Amino acid sequence: MSTDNSHGAIRSAHVSHHFKNATQEYDSGKQGIWLFMVTEILMFGAILVGYAIFHHLYPEMFEEGAKSLDWRMGFINTLVLIFSSFTMAISISFVQRNETKKAAMALATTVLCGAIFMVIKYFEYSHKFHLGLYPGRFLDVAKVGAEHANLGMYFGFYYAMTGLHGIHVLVGMGLITWLLIRTIRGDFHAQYWLPVEGVGIFWHIVDLIWIFLFPLLYLVG
Amino acid sequence: MAATHAHGDNYINHEKGLWSWLTTVDHKRIGLMYMITVMFFFLVGGIMALLLRLELFAPNAAANVGGVLKNGDVYNQVLTYHGAIMVFMVIVPGIPAILGNFFLPLHIGAKDVAFPKINLASWYCFMAGAALAILTFFFKKIDTGWTFYTPYSIKTGTATVMMVLGAFIMGMSSVLTGLNFIVTVHKLRAPGMTMHRMPLFVWALYSTAILQLLATPVLGITLLLLAAEKLFGVGIFDPALGGDPVLFQHFFWFYSHPAVYIMIIPAMGVVSELITTFSRKVIFGYTAIAYSSLGIAAVSFFVWGHHMFVSGQSETAGILFSFITMLVGVPTAIKMFNWVATMYKGSISFDSPMLFALGFLFLFAIGGVTGIMLATLPIDVHFHDTYFVVAHFHYVMVGGTLMALMGGFYYWFPKMFGKMFNENVARLSFVFIFIGFNVTFFPQFILGAMGMPRRYFDYIPAYEQLNKISTVGSWLILTGFLLGLWAIVQGLRKGEKAPMNPWNSKTLEWQTPSPPPHDNFNVEPIVTAGPYEYR
Repeated sequence: MSTDNSHGAIRSAHVSHHFKNATQEYDSGKQGIWLFMVTEILMFGAILVGYAIFHHLYPEMFEEGAKSLDWRMGFINTLVLIFSSFTMAISISFVQRNETKKAAMALATTVLCGAIFMVIKYFEYSHKFHLGLYPGRFLDVAKVGAEHANLGMYFGFYYAMTGLHGIHVLVGMGLITWLLIRTIRGDFHAQYWLPVEGVGIFWHIVDLIWIFLFPLLYLVG
Repeated sequence: MAATHAHGDNYINHEKGLWSWLTTVDHKRIGLMYMITVMFFFLVGGIMALLLRLELFAPNAAANVGGVLKNGDVYNQVLTYHGAIMVFMVIVPGIPAILGNFFLPLHIGAKDVAFPKINLASWYCFMAGAALAILTFFFKKIDTGWTFYTPYSIKTGTATVMMVLGAFIMGMSSVLTGLNFIVTVHKLRAPGMTMHRMPLFVWALYSTAILQLLATPVLGITLLLLAAEKLFGVGIFDPALGGDPVLFQHFFWFYSHPAVYIMIIPAMGVVSELITTFSRKVIFGYTAIAYSSLGIAAVSFFVWGHHMFVSGQSETAGILFSFITMLVGVPTAIKMFNWVATMYKGSISFDSPMLFALGFLFLFAIGGVTGIMLATLPIDVHFHDTYFVVAHFHYVMVGGTLMALMGGFYYWFPKMFGKMFNENVARLSFVFIFIGFNVTFFPQFILGAMGMPRRYFDYIPAYEQLNKISTVGSWLILTGFLLGLWAIVQGLRKGEKAPMNPWNSKTLEWQTPSPPPHDNFNVEPIVTAGPYEYR
């Protein structure tokens, strides 16, 4: 990842006062980001544990719930996110080669993919609301014609998991927009790209979580 | 304050004005900001404790007294705020956020923590979360207890959601602090400062930081799910929808049991510093103490089920959790024996910080031993939700953590402010707190053994005598803390100028002026030996 041909003047210009050199700053930043990602994974991990427990208890109910999700929508969203991970990754590579314009284009594409993801999510949600598929006790049992009395719990999990993930997508879009502005301003270049890489790692983890959510919610059953 | 230092640019006078404090990225200033806010919350939580004890001074049937808090609803609310404030806003952030922030970089010879801006952000997170939590008091009070057990927390009409979001945001602050400490320890040590030359307080903070990072996210999602349950009825914790209220307890204690070690491990770190310094002796079993912190952190994740012995979990689970819980006693005892061995044949001086450290040893021993009792499955079934449990965790949290916090605070006071406090008043403060603490909480062991349940606002006359003693004890504690406050305020106002190293300690922070300069060290230290080269 790193292009360690430049311990020179430009690079050290970005070192904060409490670091000895750019390498120390870069290593610290990267370790911090990864540790933060550990907390993200643990947070989603707990909700996955809950999902596993109840899936084990009520396999038929989860099957019934999964049928009402449109796997095509989920699949398109999966492709969109994987593509956005790719554009995010190449933006770092462009920054490292001082190709600022291309980097900005890649970042803009990533934000656009996030937006597409959220729009598709919006259609999915509003369609479900239309059918009366609300979470938990708000599920319109008469309208839905649920076979299993506690089908609402499935949608509880569905909205909780995808909702939390959606919030992360929105946060990621905000962060990438901030990167985009800074990139256009010329803050990042071959000697300094740590924020781009950091947000990139965050974005990849958000994608990764979706790659777990998609089969669990849409395909199982 | 600054004027007394002719040649001193230090962190206090480096920049001026309130704004410079609110926007500071200096870890020492952030430590002081935490100190002021935590002291404020301690005052609020303490007043609530006094009110609770006042209510319990006599049964409500007695003439004149009783019924201080009007009725059980108000009692439940005050109880909840006392618990939530003391746990989330005082004891969990206490030592890491105040003393850790201030001294971790100094201890390892760094100029600052790895991410100074995130450090400041975590203070603002803490303040925002605390404000949200406390504001519930002025809208719809909350009466669930600090554990927010379902299904009551979902059914009750009170402000669960707002309180829970406050706790979530404070949790983020805790995660950010922990993350900062881990990276600082890994990346910013001075030349020659190997991991095995770090002071034991740093080891303790490091172990705590790992716990903060691994446990808090689980609490975070639990609290979010609770909020979602209440707002949208998602059904995960609601038995009416097929959910499981006990799952909440599992999730909750999977964080909150490690969290009690987030509270106590830093205290153990402080005590290690105090004992070796005031015994003038190299600490006995440095590596054993360092790694037992990590050991406690590791075991803590596998013991949450001992909170649920009577929740209806399987008997096998109960037996396993009982056994594993006792394992925590092993690394803890390692520390205790090493501290005692350090004092053996040492030249002990009974300065006020050392008094608090000895108080810690005494009280924590009682808290720890009763902890083993409660870990024993059949005994816990008998003592469950009685005052025995209340006494136990107050001995550990207050007798342990708060004693260490006070001791550490007096120990480092000269370094933090460049002034000395009044030693005699500080010692007197210790005497009142120590005696008052035992008078307050020891009778509660007996009350619990007699069967007095916890969380009740009234009781039968048979419990009256011991409750009276307990309430009087709470006034002694109050006196002790007021004396302590006076020692601190007088020390700040007209204390003598502190020398660089008043206790002749060996760790790095004493090798820089008091108060330290903005960048911590005028010359970057180069470490050539371990932290406790006494004899």
